[in-house]
Amino acid sequence: MKTLIDCQNCQLKDCQKNCKLKVIKLHAPTDLKQRLISFGIMKGSIIEILEHSPAKSTMEIKVGKMRIALRAKEAALIEVEKI
Amino acid sequence: MKKVDEKACPIIAKHIKVALVGQPNVGKSMLINSVSNAHLHVGNFSGVTVDKTEVLFDYKEYHFTVVDLPGTYAFTDYTIEERVTHNYLCDDDYDLIINVVDSTNLEKNLQLTSELMSMSKDIVIALNMSDEADKEGIEVNASYMSELLGIPCVKVSAVTKVGIEELLDAVISVQEIDAQEPKLIFSEPVEEEIAQIVWYLDKHRYEAKNSHRNIAINLLKNNKRTYEKIHNNPVWTELQPILVEALKHVELHHDSDDIKESFAEEYASYNRGIIAEVVKQEVSKEEITMTQKIDNILIHPFFGIPIFLFFMWGLFQLTFEIGSIPMDWIDAFFGWFGDTVGATIPNDDVRSLVVDGIIAGVGAVILFVPNIIILFIGIALLESTGYMSRVAFLLDGFFHKFGMHGQSFIPLVSGFGCSIPAYMSARILKNDRDRLLTLFIIGFMSCGARLPVYVLFAGAFFSPEMAGNVLFAIYIGGAIIGLIAAKILKLTAFKGADEPFVMEMPKYRLPSVKLIWHTVLTKTMMYLKKAGTFIAAASILIWFLSNYPHNLVLEEEYATKIEMAASEDEKNALSNKFAEAYLEQSYLGTIGKFSEPVFAPLGFDWKMSVALQTGLAAKEVVVSTLGVLYSLGEDVDEENDSLITAISKNISFASAVAFIVVIMIYLPCLAASIVFTREAGGIKYFFYLFAFTSIIAYALSFIAYNIALVLT
Ligand SMILES: Nc1nc2c(ncn2[C@@H]2O[C@H](COP(=O)(O)OP(=O)(O)OP(=O)(O)O)[C@@H](O)[C@H]2O)c(=O)[nH]1
Ligand SMILES: [Mg+2]
Repeated sequence: MKTLIDCQNCQLKDCQKNCKLKVIKLHAPTDLKQRLISFGIMKGSIIEILEHSPAKSTMEIKVGKMRIALRAKEAALIEVEKI
Repeated sequence: MKKVDEKACPIIAKHIKVALVGQPNVGKSMLINSVSNAHLHVGNFSGVTVDKTEVLFDYKEYHFTVVDLPGTYAFTDYTIEERVTHNYLCDDDYDLIINVVDSTNLEKNLQLTSELMSMSKDIVIALNMSDEADKEGIEVNASYMSELLGIPCVKVSAVTKVGIEELLDAVISVQEIDAQEPKLIFSEPVEEEIAQIVWYLDKHRYEAKNSHRNIAINLLKNNKRTYEKIHNNPVWTELQPILVEALKHVELHHDSDDIKESFAEEYASYNRGIIAEVVKQEVSKEEITMTQKIDNILIHPFFGIPIFLFFMWGLFQLTFEIGSIPMDWIDAFFGWFGDTVGATIPNDDVRSLVVDGIIAGVGAVILFVPNIIILFIGIALLESTGYMSRVAFLLDGFFHKFGMHGQSFIPLVSGFGCSIPAYMSARILKNDRDRLLTLFIIGFMSCGARLPVYVLFAGAFFSPEMAGNVLFAIYIGGAIIGLIAAKILKLTAFKGADEPFVMEMPKYRLPSVKLIWHTVLTKTMMYLKKAGTFIAAASILIWFLSNYPHNLVLEEEYATKIEMAASEDEKNALSNKFAEAYLEQSYLGTIGKFSEPVFAPLGFDWKMSVALQTGLAAKEVVVSTLGVLYSLGEDVDEENDSLITAISKNISFASAVAFIVVIMIYLPCLAASIVFTREAGGIKYFFYLFAFTSIIAYALSFIAYNIALVLT
């Protein structure tokens, strides 16, 4: 399973910055899942990784027109594939 | 627009009560401000409004009551402030909903709209930020959209005030005519299931206020309230198996075991259809947006935090530098004002009350208004540009190490202005443990009312070039102590798993001068009002306590001594000594002397001890108490920077450091403590806070005092 966080880590090597990813499944608990969905992160949506904070603990992504900050731990719950 | 100040008879006139609903940061509060003459708090980040507020105004022949609700992403109870909105919409009485949406991001905003559409309430959609949409080349066909959704949609802009009247007219016409049911259409399989349930309800002539279609949708969505209603009806026994089957089909269709997720997908695809029809986006050649460019610098992994610290440092530098310019004038004015007023009052006691009590006390607080205004401008800029969320993002990793949530940054920053709104805005934190932790830490962020004390002491003990740095150090120091305290609490009292951190980052917006002006003006007026009422009353009380009881024996003793004194100098020295002795035997002196031993290890004299205690009422009172005590103790109105001189003359450096440390940490003011207790949910938390802050304040102050003693 490949998640958003793997992609952040490989960002320096093979994925170049701003690579686009497609969401396959959310593995988050109900509450968090609801929140992600209401942010537009749901099955089939396209995510773009923009920036990461110092120490890579938090990242900024773009979904549709919206910028969202989330922690590595939450990013690891979002299964994605590269497109 | 017609605005009538004196309200017509409320019984005859027609009323409309409107609930303003929308996702966070779409401009709900700003829209109300531009419709009425309210000044609700507006800021460019999610979670500005955390409680409902009613605003009244008249338009045409109607009395409008508009309720500003906290923004909510979806109909969940994710955070407290979202619960406020959800409960209001479900339980309260209102005529219709204005759903405010951001025209530049309809796809996300319409998710909430879809949920509202199944509430069977009349809705009007306000397509806000139409000015921004124009700029970005986004064109929304409002009339076609109204037709497709079956809901009137009106383009508005809260900033340029375009379309406001049309919006209100639309509200009135929806109120006057029975609106049609919104046209929410689902995918084929879901529509089949809905039809099945509707057919069943029709067959059994199930009676309800809402349409059967609406009930069917809500049953499929697992809406608790709908279930509760239908549960007690005989139709339920037969309906249940149908429903179970239907849910299974829907879930199968969406390949998900979560019905809410399935519905979100349904809504999303419906909305995509609508948007494809009504929105025309000028094809731009993927140009990098302004926000992206600014973000590349401001949230740079290496430079982001230094840049933020530089901004903070600059702010405190300005606070001191620019703030101290008008200070001399204000001080001179109050000196002159006191003398002039004093000259007209023949009675000694009354004159002393007015001049040494009220004018000295209030004057000492007003002296710092310029500093506070600059601090408020800084906070307003942080809030309204969109930088706030960026800093929360930058600091999240750092905060996380101390057991805090990145989003805690938002209430903590508000805490630099005033603790009261900060306590309220902690509601944006989802988890109760995180919220409580943040509530306990907010007090460590020095509020605007403590600024006067810092400016006073920094000015008294440091050169003007250094004072700004000292202020910066005090604020940062307080924040760091707060983080360490958070870590201690997290390891002991608030143990538990970390909460998720997902936060929207708004686009950067250039705040209008008017917005900043209003924000700062509102806060400054509040400060002045407090100075004129609460602080004035406290000053009177302190004056009284420090002037009574009269001691005739002492008076006579010194009167004879002064008469027998040989030189002018000796006379002056004696009368100063008399004032001191008199003050010491006053009620306040007695209290101070009584508590002095407690504070003696920190190097405080009784006046400082008293000032700390009166500071429990409000932090400004610390300064006004010192003002009253030192203006009574000796003759001070010959100098301009009198209080500053008096402080540097009477207080040692080490004691001053210890004093500042206590001020930084100890219990917030009375009003803030009350709000804290309410938000934390029990009086016991107040006692925890009291114990927690007192112990830390005392211990750190003791350490600071002894270090400073060694160093000087
Ligand atoms: N350009 C533009 N900006 C707007 C408009 N309306 C609001 N804003 C800006 O959008 C931001 C959010 O405004 P608020 O009124 O605080 O939003 P809100 O919906 O009340 O937000 P919450 O209280 O957090 O739910 C502010 O920075 C406003 O200046 C508009 O019509 N045009
Ligand atoms: Mg608001």
